[in-house]
Amino acid sequence: MTVTGSPLTPGSSAPGGLVKSVVELDRVVIRLAGDSGDGMQLTGNRFTSETASFGNDLSTLPNFPAEIRAPTGTLPGVSSFQLHFADHDIMTPGDAPDVLVAMNPAALRANLADLPGGGLVIADSDEFTPRNLAKVGYATNPLEDGSLDGWQVVAVPLTSMTLEALADTGLGKKEAERSKNMFTLGLLSWMYHRPTEGTVRFLERQFRRKPEIAAANIAAFRAGYNYGETTEAFAVSYEIKPAPMAPGRYRNISGNQALALGLVAAGQRSGLPVFLGAYPITPASDILHELSRHKAFGVRTFQAEDEIAGIGSALGASFGGALGVTTTSGPGVSLKSEALGLAVMIELPLVVVDVQRGGPSTGLPTKTEQSDLLQAMFGRNGEAPLPVIAPRSPGDCFDAALEASRIALKYRTPVMLLSDGYLANGAEPWAVPAVEDLPDLSVEFATEPNGAAKDGTPEFLPYLRDPETLARPWAIPGTAGMQHRVGGLEKADQTGNISYDPANHDLMTRLRQAKVDGIAADIPPTDVDDPDGDARVAVIGWGSTYGPIGAACRRIRRSGRKVAQIHLRHVNPMPADLGEVLRRYDRVVCPEMNLGQLALLLRAKYLVDVQSHTQVRGLPFRAAELAAVVQDVIDSTGDTK
Amino acid sequence: MTTSPHVHDLGMPGTPIDANIQQAIADSVAAQGEKQTALKAKDMKTDQEVRWCPGCGDYVILNAVQSFLPSLGIAREDMVIVSGIGCSSRFPYYMNTYGMHSIHGRAPAIATGLAASRPDLSVWVVTGDGDALSIGGNHLIHALRRNVDMTILLFNNRIYGLTKGQYSPTSEVGKVTKSTPMGSLDHPFNPVSLAIGADATFVGRAMDSDRKGLTEVLRQAAEHEGTALVEIYQNCNIFNDGAFDLLKDPSTGPMWTIPLVHGQPLVFGPDGASCVVRDDFGGLRIAETNQVDASEIVVHDATREDPSYAFALSRLSSQDLRYTPMGVFRSVRKPTYDRMMADQLEEARTEGPGDLGALLAGGDTWTVSA
Ligand SMILES: Cc1ncc(C[n+]2csc(CCOP(=O)(O)OP(=O)(O)O)c2C)c(N)n1
Ligand code: SF4
Ligand SMILES: [Mg+2]
Repeated sequence: MTVTGSPLTPGSSAPGGLVKSVVELDRVVIRLAGDSGDGMQLTGNRFTSETASFGNDLSTLPNFPAEIRAPTGTLPGVSSFQLHFADHDIMTPGDAPDVLVAMNPAALRANLADLPGGGLVIADSDEFTPRNLAKVGYATNPLEDGSLDGWQVVAVPLTSMTLEALADTGLGKKEAERSKNMFTLGLLSWMYHRPTEGTVRFLERQFRRKPEIAAANIAAFRAGYNYGETTEAFAVSYEIKPAPMAPGRYRNISGNQALALGLVAAGQRSGLPVFLGAYPITPASDILHELSRHKAFGVRTFQAEDEIAGIGSALGASFGGALGVTTTSGPGVSLKSEALGLAVMIELPLVVVDVQRGGPSTGLPTKTEQSDLLQAMFGRNGEAPLPVIAPRSPGDCFDAALEASRIALKYRTPVMLLSDGYLANGAEPWAVPAVEDLPDLSVEFATEPNGAAKDGTPEFLPYLRDPETLARPWAIPGTAGMQHRVGGLEKADQTGNISYDPANHDLMTRLRQAKVDGIAADIPPTDVDDPDGDARVAVIGWGSTYGPIGAACRRIRRSGRKVAQIHLRHVNPMPADLGEVLRRYDRVVCPEMNLGQLALLLRAKYLVDVQSHTQVRGLPFRAAELAAVVQDVIDSTGDTK
Repeated sequence: MTTSPHVHDLGMPGTPIDANIQQAIADSVAAQGEKQTALKAKDMKTDQEVRWCPGCGDYVILNAVQSFLPSLGIAREDMVIVSGIGCSSRFPYYMNTYGMHSIHGRAPAIATGLAASRPDLSVWVVTGDGDALSIGGNHLIHALRRNVDMTILLFNNRIYGLTKGQYSPTSEVGKVTKSTPMGSLDHPFNPVSLAIGADATFVGRAMDSDRKGLTEVLRQAAEHEGTALVEIYQNCNIFNDGAFDLLKDPSTGPMWTIPLVHGQPLVFGPDGASCVVRDDFGGLRIAETNQVDASEIVVHDATREDPSYAFALSRLSSQDLRYTPMGVFRSVRKPTYDRMMADQLEEARTEGPGDLGALLAGGDTWTVSA
């Protein structure tokens, strides 16, 4: 059904005056889709901010091409932003949109298949020109040819209305047209009763130096809002009540932002200067951008000549007493592997952030994947163990960064923090923590000799370990009497001198492994969500699949079935009780956005018959699909109700 | 946080370093007394057995450096030597300073992170011709263009020593080695030309066996604020013995060596028979002193801002080492990366240090009340 200029819901408008009805919903999924040049990500982010400040729970899924500007109006150039918001706690950006905003024919063509029948399409009819239709292979205009009869379609001349609204501004046509995303945002803001002040403030701030552009965007935004209020095309607006949340102060935050703030916090809580060595790479660059703005916290950021120099400089800074950090994505981790081995050998704190993307090689730079787990675990020559930590949601990237820093500093080891593209760019409301509640990460540098030479003179032994943590002392240049040399050649136990002794190498190899393994005693037991405690099937995951798995488990439980959710933050070492926990269940399902990497580890380590369920589509799992898979497993155990 | 001005590149205390680091240093001073800066060569030695082949040029360089460093008046604990991989890169183990024997080619990058975050230290890099110019070429040129305060000693033996004698990026064309039985094909780098091409602010060259000349170049390099590169010709008596004999042999050396002395005319050779003059294309050429007017002879000026003069000097020598300038080619002042980075941090803190609580609660926030 295509509606042009007539109310969606019959009976809601009265002759002589518009009476608009308000429908209350508990949740909505909106997908904004347009050309890469249409500003869909900005529009999505603004709508998200409005939604966050309104108090809904939310989750977002930006999805954009790797090309900065693929040819205009083509399928590869389509950029989209999906937002799920609700009056209750939600875990994912939504499996499928309820509403699709299509700024051109390409956006419609690329996204329509995801919109369930009956869903609402809002399309910019101005862009459905014969030329644009031909570009994506539409022989006739879908807004007119009846092919969209299974959906509700509202065709709105968004571009020309924007031009009309800006007619008096003196802006050229091209310039004025750019504001059509703000017109659209205005319309959506009306439809969903979003507060508008934030966007007005944002536009004023953003275009501080170009007041005429700020004014035009604000005018277009208001025009879109007013259009919603007065047009007959939209007779209904929707209300989604704020979600109950624990009392406190909230902000909307993306994974990369949270991760960067976590690193700043780690510097503050450890009292150490943060040094970031990084080479730009999608989807990790925003961490570099964010950290480079926080020099007032003593954060030094160094854009290196390549990833090797990124990690090298960070390790050099760690040797000097800084919290060394390097951020990258999979291809960069490949380049860093030799230096990671050095970090394992010289046992200095280092946080290595891998914001995973589709691989191998350049792969899918802007899409998400979890396929670097085994690289993080084993991607180095020799026995080179290191702890691996994974955040589960955008906001959780903050805590994960603090935890990675804690382990790196306490155990004097490189730590791999595995985020991914979905967490990095996705956003959610985040309860702002109180600084005093953050963990204390203070460290003590070694300032006095800890041993004695044969003649009794005090001597510094750089590899004399703390008996509990097996960490070696951290003595920094500038500290008298503690001069020592570290390096990649095998170290003699305690003295750290070069040693080729077979027994020593065997000992040191085992000590380095024992140090990492021992961290299991310093982390919480396995996090199991099994409400009744009698589920026979468990789903285990790590990293960003937390949301989709959690949402799937809720569905399963709503169907009357029982299921346990286990989610790992510490992937190496894993919680000490994990093997025992897994063995409690008849069946264990492990969904991953790779070809079964965690499943491989679990099977090898615990001899548990883990059933792997995988997907590598560059997108997060859909909760409904996951639920179906797990439900089948549950039903096959005979534990239907 | 101290905000006292940067004093010098010699690891002087008083440069901006972070509070906790300062505390650790203060603690060690409290425990062990004031920093010792009156040192002797023997204070620089470690108890580690030196493991170069007998007769290796690395020994003489080590001795020269150990004798020279105390003259800088820097405490041992304020010096850090970072090396890559190669025979030469074993250097830090023999120096009683802080040190890191890192991975092949990466020392300049590691040292950059250290020097940029600890401007109070005197940071040194020791590297070989393969380490610096082959696997680590990228890091070297970027360190040089950034001008981080550190001194890079490039031990050039024109061969891969540690891996037992393959040709290197500085080996002459046609070099017969294990990996090039019919002679090497690729054209070598001239490390000095490369460094000047990368806009290095300090570039010098010295000979391992010339204690006096080497010490003088090291002194100037150490005093230089910014990245200093010193190419040291080093004999590998096992795999490339005699590589520099043309310059070392008293009978040929003076003929082919052009000593660079700032402010002095470039006259060299027995009886000053040869000199350097400008050519018709803005470059330099060798002339016979008695064939030119004294005013035509170039007076060495290492401080020229424009690198083309120093580059032209570096191009006088050929692969076979005839007409090799030795000394300081270029020494110009430019702000250092670490200094500028420290300045940006200071500037960002003009309104006081960052407030973590305010940062976390930044952006649009909303409050949910109980
Ligand atoms: C990644 C890596 N590749 C190769 C090697 C082997 N390797 C060690 S030293 C070296 C060459 C060293 O030559 P140079 O830098 O000239 O040092 P020299 O031994 O001559 O002092 C090579 C190829 C290594 N250690 N690491
Ligand atoms: S191989 Fe050559 S460079 Fe290496 S230690 Fe022996 S003589 Fe020196
Ligand atoms: Mg060599």
